[in-house]
Amino acid sequence: MNMHEFLSPPADSARRTGPHDRIVMSSRVRLARNLRGVAFPGWAKKTERIKALEIIRPAVESLPQLTGAFSETMDNLGPLDKQILVERHLISREHAAKSSGSGLVLNKEESLCVMINEEDHLRMQALRPGLQLRQAWIAIDQADSDLERKLDYAFSSELGYLTACPTNLGTGIRVSAMLHLPGLVLAEQITQIISSVNKLGLAVRGLYGEGTEALGNVFQVSNQMTLGEVETDIVERLNKVLLQIIEHEENARAVLLEKKPKIVYNHIGRAYGILANAHSITSKETMNLLSLMRLGVDLAEFPSADRALIDELFVVTQPAHLQKQFTEKLVAEERDLLRADMLRDRLRQVSRPNPRPPGPGGAGLDKRN
Amino acid sequence: MYTLVMLCILCKQKTATFHLTQIVDDKMQKVDLCEQCAKQKGIKEATGFSVADQLFGLGASQEIAQTASGVEIRCPGCGFTQADFKKAGRLGCAQCYATFAEGLEGLLKTMHKGTKHLGKVPAALRQGRDLTDRLKHLQKKLDKAVTSEDFEQAASLRDEIRSTKEQLESVPTRVTS
Repeated sequence: MNMHEFLSPPADSARRTGPHDRIVMSSRVRLARNLRGVAFPGWAKKTERIKALEIIRPAVESLPQLTGAFSETMDNLGPLDKQILVERHLISREHAAKSSGSGLVLNKEESLCVMINEEDHLRMQALRPGLQLRQAWIAIDQADSDLERKLDYAFSSELGYLTACPTNLGTGIRVSAMLHLPGLVLAEQITQIISSVNKLGLAVRGLYGEGTEALGNVFQVSNQMTLGEVETDIVERLNKVLLQIIEHEENARAVLLEKKPKIVYNHIGRAYGILANAHSITSKETMNLLSLMRLGVDLAEFPSADRALIDELFVVTQPAHLQKQFTEKLVAEERDLLRADMLRDRLRQVSRPNPRPPGPGGAGLDKRN
Repeated sequence: MYTLVMLCILCKQKTATFHLTQIVDDKMQKVDLCEQCAKQKGIKEATGFSVADQLFGLGASQEIAQTASGVEIRCPGCGFTQADFKKAGRLGCAQCYATFAEGLEGLLKTMHKGTKHLGKVPAALRQGRDLTDRLKHLQKKLDKAVTSEDFEQAASLRDEIRSTKEQLESVPTRVTS
């Protein structure tokens, strides 16, 4: 089946809602598993990888949760299609680089996604909108339990599930959430938050995982340790930390609005101004400005826009999504023009931001610290 | 617009575009480099701990080599060597964990909360383990019954042992490694 007919239009996927989705954009739990007696994908010869794929793929496809799923080998997906999957956070950048001998199985709701022969033979992930780590864990645990009846996993009672990288050893679990934290960034508290989260043994990364910058004030928080701890403890620990980060973000926003409303409104107003009027704009600038507009929506500055519109624009303005709409190959500069055209067009329906009037005694000037 | 800008830890001037995190002795080590410094250090791509090794001259991938004492260990399962691990930061196959167990131990200690798996166990293995435990327990009881010449109980224990053994045999053994 054609991938584009299968994937939900970004307008629909942006409309999925979940608890705390004002700040938590999505939750994810992924498990790493390998077959016994077969070299890990990075070391296996091509024929061995293909053999592993032929064993794993039908087993994955037969899961009841994956009835009617999209299933394809990576060599049958073009670079543009792969990039689109990355931009939607359905596969890793590493997996996008894979070709024959690797595969992907994705369900219709885009809530369960299995990468075959990524770094490990199996990387299966459950995705949920908002803060739903427990639900994601339950879903992926179930899928894994179903799969273990069909596949011969590499498991040691001492070390648990054996993975290509020792950092994933044991449970093979990576629990993560994508957070939108413009308040903490504007309040310049983000560095502090990141360092305290790091001290808890959790990793904070940018939008596209390892080694990427925090475009659009979006941060990924995840566990690092996978051995010597029970899965549910890892999930609960991260959940607790996330609830604290949410609280800090809400506090940062409230304090900013109380103490420096002009700075906040200025950022949001300018973001809207540029997005709604630019004739050339890069994807990076777009994401950073959309982040501010998203904050504006949260602060009820845009009665005629909702978060789903912003989240949709977050996705459709990215390079591969933009390119997909045009048949001819675009260079970056051309994309910048077309991106700006799209944004002007889509934001025509959104009227300019309407900040709340200053409170009693508010002369329209920010208080000094 | 404020974005999170990190400065390169080496030149402390240019923006770091190259980020790495690793844990050494329970401490998180973050390596943020600008493109130029990364190039100078001969780093082209993020390849796990080997990069941090180059920078800090210690840590992760060296540990595995310590067991070598001059002799190169090769995984009988996949032909993987310590040198390969140092290069890739990944192991070759599941059996590598046994092959390089000694060298990996220290590494796992710094990386994880513990070195013993406490999480999920495949159901078949769990079931097999339970039955094995039960079998041992029954065998002990049988020995006692025989010693005390309680033949009636011994007979019924023998029946129970037989049926437990049958159950154990019907458990899929493929995951029991």
